[in-house]
Amino acid sequence: MPKDFKTLMLTVAAPATAVVFALLFSSLVLLLAGSNPIDAFADMLEYGTRLEVMVDILNRAVPLYISGIAAAVGFRMNLFNIGVEGQYSMGAFFAAAAGGAIVLPGFLHLLFILVVAMVVGALWAGLAGWLKVARGVNEVISTIMLNFIALGGVIAALIVPWRDGEGSLNSGTKLIEDSGLLPDLNWLLEIFTRDIGKSRELSGALVLAVLVGIFYHLLINRSRLGFDLRASGMNPMAAKAGGVPPKQMVMLAMVVSGAIAGLVGMVDILSRAGRYDNNFTPGLGFAGIAVALLGRNHAVGVAFSALLFAFLSASSSILQITGSASPEIVVIMQGIILLVAVIAYEFVNRIKEREVTRLASLAVEGADA
Amino acid sequence: MKALEALNRMPAWARYMIYALIGILVLTVVESFESGDVSRLTADTASRAMLKWSVPILLAGLGGLYSERAGVVNIGLEGMMILGTWFGAWGALEWGPTAGIIIGMAGGAIGGLIHAIATVGFGVDHIISGVAINIMAPGATTFLSSEVFGNRTQSPNVPGVGQFTMPVLAGGDIFGLETPDILGSIADQEIFYLSDIANFSRGLMSEMSLFTVMALALVPITAWAVWRTRFGLRLRIAGEAPYAGESLGVDIIKRKYQGVIISGALAGLAGASISMELADFYQEGQTQGRGFIGLAALIFGNWKPQGILAAALLFGYPFGVSLRDLDGSSTHALLLVVALGLAAVAVWAWTRNAKSDVILAGSFSLGMFVWYLLSDTAPDWLPNTMPYVIVLLVLVFAAQRLRMPAADGLVYRKGGS
Repeated sequence: MPKDFKTLMLTVAAPATAVVFALLFSSLVLLLAGSNPIDAFADMLEYGTRLEVMVDILNRAVPLYISGIAAAVGFRMNLFNIGVEGQYSMGAFFAAAAGGAIVLPGFLHLLFILVVAMVVGALWAGLAGWLKVARGVNEVISTIMLNFIALGGVIAALIVPWRDGEGSLNSGTKLIEDSGLLPDLNWLLEIFTRDIGKSRELSGALVLAVLVGIFYHLLINRSRLGFDLRASGMNPMAAKAGGVPPKQMVMLAMVVSGAIAGLVGMVDILSRAGRYDNNFTPGLGFAGIAVALLGRNHAVGVAFSALLFAFLSASSSILQITGSASPEIVVIMQGIILLVAVIAYEFVNRIKEREVTRLASLAVEGADA
Repeated sequence: MKALEALNRMPAWARYMIYALIGILVLTVVESFESGDVSRLTADTASRAMLKWSVPILLAGLGGLYSERAGVVNIGLEGMMILGTWFGAWGALEWGPTAGIIIGMAGGAIGGLIHAIATVGFGVDHIISGVAINIMAPGATTFLSSEVFGNRTQSPNVPGVGQFTMPVLAGGDIFGLETPDILGSIADQEIFYLSDIANFSRGLMSEMSLFTVMALALVPITAWAVWRTRFGLRLRIAGEAPYAGESLGVDIIKRKYQGVIISGALAGLAGASISMELADFYQEGQTQGRGFIGLAALIFGNWKPQGILAAALLFGYPFGVSLRDLDGSSTHALLLVVALGLAAVAVWAWTRNAKSDVILAGSFSLGMFVWYLLSDTAPDWLPNTMPYVIVLLVLVFAAQRLRMPAADGLVYRKGGS
């Protein structure tokens, strides 16, 4: 299978180029700043492969992955859902508030919280979808505006009355009872290796991420609906002629994207804090877009890119301690990886296009002879 | 209806003056309903703060105009603005305020260049490249800040730029000579409406920073450069019909590069105006999404400089009012203004027989009105959120009336079709 092999090589070459470029460029930056890049990268590699840190990396990769898949659902349909940021914050906030307000027996409590998160995320994304199909408002603009309205308006307004009465001004929503929290997965690792010390735990949200990934793969690649979605994204007019209503497809893509986005904050809410508070992680929505682009909207590709980004941010904290470089270098690296990767993908696409044209012309010549 | 037709026949500047006069009339009437300190909505402090807070939005919006008129969507404005905040502060600290302005623009222009290389040179999707720049820029400035200032979040205090007060009208000096303050004396008479106009305009003309003067000057300059020069014609053909332009011998690639780099420089200037003028220092996250508001102003202003100015002032106004509004009563009065605005939209929709618009605008207006009646003060988050809500409302009711450049956001490949 030489042809398939070539395609695979081209696909892998693009992200590999991106990583190499990022290493080279950030080395240059570090040299200019008077640090030794080799020391810095060696520190990161050594630190990032410790068991405890690997647990941390997995915990960081989970929300990135879910956020990436949420963005990817839109991308597959040529929709730019820039609003994952607002959708996951809204989902997490309402889910935390609802989960803290009531107690249900056992597993139901957890399920209830997850459903609230997904429904709220889907509604917030659906608003942007409705604006697009009913009012012709571009989804990039409307989702950016909705991000600010969610964080600066809705959450800022409701956090005051919904705040847990006792305690300082900084406290978040009411703590969720244990029945609503995600169990940790430490036992899974401890089967294979030693105990995970230092009070770290592997978040149960990993299971959520895996389920989301499988769902995404089946939906897009193995279902009629996914086929309709992709067709409508490639050419809405042609798809409409084939019986796929474009407006419904836009609504559907936004709602599914938003529902998945609602789960992004669950690591924070259900494994770390037990509530929505000031330490809730911002910026996962934009990072998710980066991860989706780097992973080419592919269920496994996005997983790799989420792990890469999580590795970079988790292992950078060692730089502060050893002082071999400024930890912010990893944010620059992430940006370069993303930018070079999308350029490289564009490049590979053009090579593939040319290959297809060449093969087609060969076939035509063969038919003539 | 005849009045509306007459309005449409007027030149743009006259029309905007009339809109402004109507706006001040509405504010004057509304503030007379409020208890407490009544003249805050039309005070010179409000209009001065409005102008000051509008400047970064206006500059970012104008930046967006150059890029999108050349056919490149620029959601990286926010990132380029962040670069401008750091480079502006750094330049001002090292070599003084003028250098700060230039280096701030250069910093933004680097962001623009990267965006141009990715989108124009390599044909990467414009939104994707913009997102990448927005992710990269804060990392770069945080890194630079920790390396150069030794503090990852903040710089030392930055020397400010000079101020300017209009002579004669607002009492500014001419070569050290004092001049009368005509508007100020009218304002002191406390005549209904007339004094409000005088006081409001006085705020716009006094204690303007250099950034304000530059930003306001850039509005007519942009209108002239993009619509009245050869450069502008070629820039616009790159955004409207690049392949037609190519067949006429226009170097589309070059024009797109120019547009996006100018765009970055103006976004950088917007960033520098935040760190050097609004805050007096660089701080992490200090743009607070104003690049995105600038983008919204560009759309709201229908990709035209005078429209962007109107939008920037409109978005800056709630900030300007809230700054002096410790008890929240003035911001509260703005609820009534928004309710009246939406009611006007509903009436306008009624005349066009657009039923769904009437119902939507009418119910929003009613909701705002009820909120106004049931509360005494507005919450502190309201002024920050208002610009975004206004943009969404405008898009909901006027999306079909806006017209972006025909080839905006499309990837251009030389010799393609």
